[in-house]
Amino acid sequence: MTKKNNILKQAAAYPHMVWAVLFIIAPLLFVAYYAFTDKNGKFTFANIASLAQAAYLEVFLRSICFAFLATVICLIIAYPVSYFISRTSPQAQKILVMLVMLPQWLNFLIRTYSWMAILEDTGIINSILGIFGWELHMINTPAAVILGMVYNFLPYMIIPIHSAMTKIDPRVLEASSDLGCNPLRVVTKVVFPLSLSGVISGITMVFVPSISTFYISQKLGGGNFDLIGDSIERQFQTQYNYNMGAAMSFVLMILIIVSMAIMNKYSDDEGGVIV
Amino acid sequence: MNENKIIEPKGEAEQATENTEAKKIVQLIDVAKSFDGEIILDHINLDVHEKEFITLLGPSGCGKTTTLRIIAGFVTPDTGDVLFENVKINDLPPHKRHVNTVFQKYALFPHLNVYENIAFALRLKKVKEEEIYERVEEMLAMVNLRGFEKKDVNLLSGGQQQRVAIARALINKPKVLLLDEPLGALDLKLRKDMQNELKNIQRKTGITFVYVTHDQEEALSMSDTVVVMADGKIQQIGTPTDIYNEPENAFVADFIGESNIIDGVMLDDYKVKFSGHEFVCLDSGFGRGEAVDVVVRPEDVDVVPLDKGMLNGVVTSVTFKGVHYEIIVSIKDFKWMIQSTDYVEVGQQIGVYVEPDAIHIMKKSEYSNMFGDYSSFSDELEHLSDASEEEE
Repeated sequence: MTKKNNILKQAAAYPHMVWAVLFIIAPLLFVAYYAFTDKNGKFTFANIASLAQAAYLEVFLRSICFAFLATVICLIIAYPVSYFISRTSPQAQKILVMLVMLPQWLNFLIRTYSWMAILEDTGIINSILGIFGWELHMINTPAAVILGMVYNFLPYMIIPIHSAMTKIDPRVLEASSDLGCNPLRVVTKVVFPLSLSGVISGITMVFVPSISTFYISQKLGGGNFDLIGDSIERQFQTQYNYNMGAAMSFVLMILIIVSMAIMNKYSDDEGGVIV
Repeated sequence: MNENKIIEPKGEAEQATENTEAKKIVQLIDVAKSFDGEIILDHINLDVHEKEFITLLGPSGCGKTTTLRIIAGFVTPDTGDVLFENVKINDLPPHKRHVNTVFQKYALFPHLNVYENIAFALRLKKVKEEEIYERVEEMLAMVNLRGFEKKDVNLLSGGQQQRVAIARALINKPKVLLLDEPLGALDLKLRKDMQNELKNIQRKTGITFVYVTHDQEEALSMSDTVVVMADGKIQQIGTPTDIYNEPENAFVADFIGESNIIDGVMLDDYKVKFSGHEFVCLDSGFGRGEAVDVVVRPEDVDVVPLDKGMLNGVVTSVTFKGVHYEIIVSIKDFKWMIQSTDYVEVGQQIGVYVEPDAIHIMKKSEYSNMFGDYSSFSDELEHLSDASEEEE
């Protein structure tokens, strides 16, 4: 009986294994293949080596900086919001979490275009400011790009932190105030350490898409702030240089793996990291 | 329910007189609390004295836990005052009160090991590392957990977690320790051991314990003072012996141990009539002809031959309980419970004899007709209701 069950369980895993081989492992092999070959299919390090050019390094550095800032801002906004949501009644929590996810129901392109309409020099904010004779240049700045990232990825920070917080036993919080924690210390001494796994998942889920995002920078940055994602897209879509595109993807992947490894190291054995 | 109520007579009377002289440490004055329009506490008054082991006892929903949470500061009363050493503390937040709590299901900090859980309160006060070490070790010794410092609290057994919770709450040297059904999640054997240990800790430290439980046996065996609560009201405050021997009303009589509660009429001082028979009793001060509730404990009823019985009845069931037989006897359509070491047979006609000091007279109350006889009594049902109470 148990043996039969085991076979069934194994069988249930087959579709996913086929999927993983076809659509995850095989493409990765293709990426690696293109990254280390030239146009004639000959093995070479030239693609990777050429990324050491100042222009590319700038793109990588900028991507890391923007993604880092977006992640930090998301964390600063998301943490108190998650705490607030987790303190409300279960029904209110359902509604609030749904409201957090609601913007994600709209198409990503439409959301980004909407931000253009809001931030433009002739956009919504400036028309309002114009009434008072003020003017604020926002579009095509690094801040606009980072805003776009924060807006798009904020829910992925809130959801895991909120979910970690709801798992905290309210009696544990009472115990801490009983033992002398003022409300602030309840958060720093108990809530924060107990929601750390959610924070780490959140950081991962915001940092990874932020560092590889494209399109946001093209639209909100006016093409002035090339990010890795945009460069890769250009290699494939306009330059038709698959080898360079693959090389950049490959390095980006290494970059993400390294940063996740660092995160893992600091998260001890909390075990909450979703990669 | 257990029938072997071991009432220790040792010194409780003296302790009671001591207590009345002892300083009041916590006072609840006319405290009321409602949640969503439902009355949880209905204007209660309670004094907790220094060095006292006081137990709030009652079924689930009686308001005992809310009372404890009001003392801890987690619940603010709607009306009334909470005094701590004669100072009003209604609006004082929990972290500023000189009380600590042992929570139901322990509520240990899952991210800290045993040592850090116990050291938590001292770390907040920025106590020196050497002193923290000394005091944590002292606490660990008191709760018999030496050598567990580095252990992960999530991997401890229930009893061990309980000990950590007690040590964590006591390290602050609180003036009052609040315990919210601390033994509810432990198995029977462990619960008995922990009862003794808690009592010893209380004696050793001299800290006032306010203990909440729905287990009447636990309340009787551990407490100096028992506060019986029901429906948001205090039904009776007294020593365990008082509560057992002189219950205030039918609720207390029924909740504490087994009782035959029979309708009776006071014919005169020291004379009561029930079940169609006149009995001599030790109670006076009732109106002549006043309707009363009469309590007779099952262990105080003697089984005698038919011709010697004050009342006669037919045995309807006999259950062997180890120390004694539990006999249900139908007397004038009222089912009595009798505990006797003598065996009788189902269907047998027997006589019963009740000594004057075994009869306790109570005034009629709102609970008078709520507790019937033992006609539908079943051990199984009792256990089921106990189990549901655990979940409060």
